[in-house]
Amino acid sequence: MAIIRDMIPAFDLFQPASVEDALALLAEHGEDAWVLAGGLDTFDWLKDRIKRPKAVVDLSGVEELTGIRDTGAGIEIGAMTPLSRVVGDPRVRADFALLREAAEHVATPQIRNQGTLGGNLSQDTRCWYYRSGWPCYRAGGNTCYASAPKAMNREHCILGRSRCVAVSPSDTAPALIALGARMVVRRAGSESIHEAQDFFIGPATDIQRMTVLRAGDLLTAVRIPEDWAGARHYYEKVRDRGSWDFALVSVAAAFRMDGDTIGDARIAVNGVAPFPVRLDSVERMVVGHAPDEALATEAGELAVAGARPLRHNDYKVPLMRNLVRRAIRSVA
Amino acid sequence: MDPSTEIVRLVVNGQSREVGVPTHFTLLEALRYVLGLTGTKQGCDKGDCGACTVIVDGEPVLACLTPVWEAEGREVTTVEGLAGPEGIHALQDCFDLHGAAQCGFCTPGILCSAAALLAGNPSPTREEIREAIAGNLCRCTGYAKIYDAVEAAALRTGGPQG
Ligand SMILES: Cc1cc2nc3c(=O)[nH]c(=O)nc-3n(C[C@H](O)[C@H](O)[C@H](O)COP(=O)(O)OP(=O)(O)OC[C@H]3O[C@@H](n4cnc5c(N)ncnc54)[C@H](O)[C@@H]3O)c2cc1C
Ligand code: FES
Ligand code: FES
Repeated sequence: MAIIRDMIPAFDLFQPASVEDALALLAEHGEDAWVLAGGLDTFDWLKDRIKRPKAVVDLSGVEELTGIRDTGAGIEIGAMTPLSRVVGDPRVRADFALLREAAEHVATPQIRNQGTLGGNLSQDTRCWYYRSGWPCYRAGGNTCYASAPKAMNREHCILGRSRCVAVSPSDTAPALIALGARMVVRRAGSESIHEAQDFFIGPATDIQRMTVLRAGDLLTAVRIPEDWAGARHYYEKVRDRGSWDFALVSVAAAFRMDGDTIGDARIAVNGVAPFPVRLDSVERMVVGHAPDEALATEAGELAVAGARPLRHNDYKVPLMRNLVRRAIRSVA
Repeated sequence: MDPSTEIVRLVVNGQSREVGVPTHFTLLEALRYVLGLTGTKQGCDKGDCGACTVIVDGEPVLACLTPVWEAEGREVTTVEGLAGPEGIHALQDCFDLHGAAQCGFCTPGILCSAAALLAGNPSPTREEIREAIAGNLCRCTGYAKIYDAVEAAALRTGGPQG
């Protein structure tokens, strides 16, 4: 719910034209700097005056960060590529339709025109206690308001909690995990490549970050290997409202069939933990088996093993179970 | 001059305009409070409602979450710019004829989303119309008359096969 506190506090605006310049600016300003992509998450924080960066580094002028190109071994999507461009790209449509479906389910047409793939992956959680500026663990405080006895936590996590119970809001994240994508992260003088599922971190690793990105880092691109090009896939996002909303639970799965049995599978779920969850154990269980009703049921049960709902979100357990079940059924 | 103030050159509804604004201004603030173009509404100011929708280089975007400098050198069309020399846009006339506006607060944003749709897809299906305005909340009409109005406007301007 929007609380408009005031106008945005003043900041110094930097508009680099190259990745090198952006990295130099981020190195120079350290913790005082804020990376600006499409601004949809950024401006929410700045308008509420909860985050007050001194230096805003706007990536919109860095042309090399926008666009989708063939690498010979798959595709590389620049971090600043708008979501609507990802949705409309012929190569994404043809080979990585799972990503197209997920990106198409993000927010509204306007937001997909403005929002970038990099921003969608790097966005902060939507836990409203945290977003409203309550001094919770994630904000550097010493409590979690969302798991207090009277807390409203219908949208929070059932898995992966560690003091914080917020969930990852990104719709593109589970699709990229299922497609075996890799994130390219640069900082002044170095580059690192992360498997999509390792790009996202939970509160047990660092309660103040959702991803591996630290001050000074830039997510420059997402690489999708050929491995799952054209694979059978399943995507479903359950949300409160049909027009637009963040996911309550979503599932993204890619399958390679071997005759009537599942030859290989990658399955990820979001909305259930502080990070998108890759279901490795379910993948191992289904591979080599025919995707019949018994297997689907078993997969759903295994997916939710260990789930611990909060006071208002026990509905997420059957929701997650059934989405995983449907994913397996989809290749029957 | 305050160091955080800059001159931004905008092209709004076909006219070049210069605005002196703080760097943290949004396009919406520049339109409404500097240029006096109050047709574009400030609803939630956070991306939720779509009342601030304007067309930038042919695409509907949220002016409330667009930094003003991001619009520099790009074509901005607001509801004030939809009418042409021959009179109001077919959408505006059809909204009137079909009773597609009640309080009217969502209307400028919906007109912009719909105008961008029709510019790229002259004869959209009802489903495409629904999707195009999915980011524009209307608390009054229940949407049916809005869809009717957009369909009627499409028939008038594009018709089947455009
Ligand atoms: C009303 C509303 C509804 C939404 N609904 C959904 C939804 O249903 N599903 C969904 O997935 N998302 C949803 N979103 C989120 C939206 O898609 C993201 O906020 C948006 O994609 C963020 O991207 P951006 O390009 O605007 O980035 P910004 O807002 O500019 O940046 C987001 C964050 O990522 C950091 N960042 C951005 N790019 C980089 C980079 N390249 N390297 C390092 N750090 C970076 C920024 O510093 C910032 O912290 C919604 C947002 C709004 C406002
Ligand atoms: S005022 Fe911009 S979306 Fe509500
Ligand atoms: S006519 Fe009142 S909000 Fe749409």
